[in-house]
Amino acid sequence: MSPATISQSQEPASGAETAGALVRVRDVHKVYTRGSERIDVLQGVDLEVPRGDFVALMGPSGSGKTTLLNLLAGLDRPSGGAVQVGDVRIDKMGEGELARWRSRHVGFVFQLYNLLPTLTAERNVELPLLLTPLSSSDRKRHVAAALKIVGLDDRGKHYPRQLSGGQEQRVAIARAIVGDPTLLLCDEPTGDLDRKSEEEILDLLQALNREHGKTIVMVTHNAHAAARARRIVYLNKGQLQSENIQ
Amino acid sequence: MKFLPLIWSNLRRKRVRTTFTLLSILVAFLLFGYLGAVSNAFDIGVQIAGVDRLVLTHKVSIILPLPLSYLERIEQVPGVKEVAHASWFGGIYQDPKNFFAQMAVDPERYLSLYPEFQLPEDQKKAWLADRTGAICGKYLADRFHWKIGDRIPLTAAVWQKKDGSISWEFTLDGIYTGATPSTDTTQFLFHYKYLDEARVRRKGMVGWYIIRIDHPDQAPQIADKIDALFANSDNETKTSTEKAFMQGFAKQVGNIGAIITAILTVVFFIILLVAGNTMMQSVRERVTELAVLKTVGFPNGLILTLVLCESLVLAIVGGSLGLGLAWLLISRGDPTGGALPIFYLPGESAVLGVVFILLLGGATGTLPALQAMRLQVVQSLRRG
Repeated sequence: MSPATISQSQEPASGAETAGALVRVRDVHKVYTRGSERIDVLQGVDLEVPRGDFVALMGPSGSGKTTLLNLLAGLDRPSGGAVQVGDVRIDKMGEGELARWRSRHVGFVFQLYNLLPTLTAERNVELPLLLTPLSSSDRKRHVAAALKIVGLDDRGKHYPRQLSGGQEQRVAIARAIVGDPTLLLCDEPTGDLDRKSEEEILDLLQALNREHGKTIVMVTHNAHAAARARRIVYLNKGQLQSENIQ
Repeated sequence: MKFLPLIWSNLRRKRVRTTFTLLSILVAFLLFGYLGAVSNAFDIGVQIAGVDRLVLTHKVSIILPLPLSYLERIEQVPGVKEVAHASWFGGIYQDPKNFFAQMAVDPERYLSLYPEFQLPEDQKKAWLADRTGAICGKYLADRFHWKIGDRIPLTAAVWQKKDGSISWEFTLDGIYTGATPSTDTTQFLFHYKYLDEARVRRKGMVGWYIIRIDHPDQAPQIADKIDALFANSDNETKTSTEKAFMQGFAKQVGNIGAIITAILTVVFFIILLVAGNTMMQSVRERVTELAVLKTVGFPNGLILTLVLCESLVLAIVGGSLGLGLAWLLISRGDPTGGALPIFYLPGESAVLGVVFILLLGGATGTLPALQAMRLQVVQSLRRG
């Protein structure tokens, strides 16, 4: 299913724990060692994200938010515990398998957009589709649809340097959704934006969740941004502290 | 193909750096092609030497003459099939810088020993019937715009005529072509009888003998037998294969092949460092971007291939331009105006050039490609 064909889909789950959860994190630990020092970034985190949910992960710096997001994206591996997305235990997957899984199921939005500066907006958006068997014309169609969703259908030929911060982030979101991923993961998506652009991006994420049924997990420091989510999860010192259902 | 824009965009990232790297690769392969043609030109005598031909010279030096009477005795040696002789003339055509080889020969014997000199039958007949006639190779005829029937005057440096003159005149009766591109078509050949009858000194003497033998594998034994014939005479001989003779001749100039190989080795080593450094820098500069590609789902193998392709594209574009430019320059002909008459880029050198292009691309790309492949996404994103 491409963004062009995303329909008004499932009603998001209202409860924190549901039997049909898309993401299940069970007793996840993550330990880093710096020299002889042991750093327990995550200490037994349990989390479930139902399909169609919009979760904001909040917490002070070093609380383990980004680490948890990286584990959900399959970019890092837990030191202990289980991470399941859909029916798949991604913590058990090998490197190649994870890469394939990410290309099909994860859209990732970075704080600093991370667009490739040498490619135009449409070429940036096209990147995930290069891993699919789609023809060139099909890829173009999907890219145009994604750019239309983020309101930048007239900026496809622009390079990142020719776009504002807010526009760059919208292109990054288009890149994240172009393959119609199962899960949209956003790491401080408004952290580098002014207030107006922040509102635009949050509107967009909210629309993706409400109108297109995208399941979103967003890391943020910003309470205003978190307020746009359906659910806020607080992390502190590597442990889940509380949840706030909105 | 769908990844080509991605590869191309990375090469355009630092246009000045990419251009300089391309230019350095271009110059390396221009040198490779051009010096390959120079080396080939020096080496061509050895390459085209007949395996069944021996050359017999005076034991002391090739410049000392040998009696014509040796011919019949050489022919008697078992294993010898046919014999011809040649004598260096060393005349000047209009200006000393117009150097070319001029030799007095027995036409029938000489042409029989060198079937690669292809002369039309009517021209051959005309030459045989004309005592002051001469033939020359096509390269030489083109060089001086000679045509059949032209009178060609040569001023002798050594050979004085009986009338005291040193001016010798020849009629061009034929122009021979080469059976292969490597055949020497720069020679000027005329009747030995004309020289011997008209000159004052060294009558009945020739410069050297060329001998065709039945079995090339018996060359050392036959050479020994011939030299033994003339041992302890006034004119002792030294017989060797034509290949060994040509090698000895070439070595008088110096081991050009070794010098060129040394130059090219240094050039390629430097290019390896330059292009390798460019690729390493290119990967270091976009650690974050590579991490983003991995986040999107690009597998390690694809990342490795993309970086390798970048270095291959650099090497292929730069190397092809270099070889192409070398070919253009080489096709303009002998750059020395006569010293390297057979000047072309041999097919084997062109193939070797293509192999070197691919090796350069692979060698400069492997390390950065492995580095890119092994990038850890989380650490790389944190660094960015």
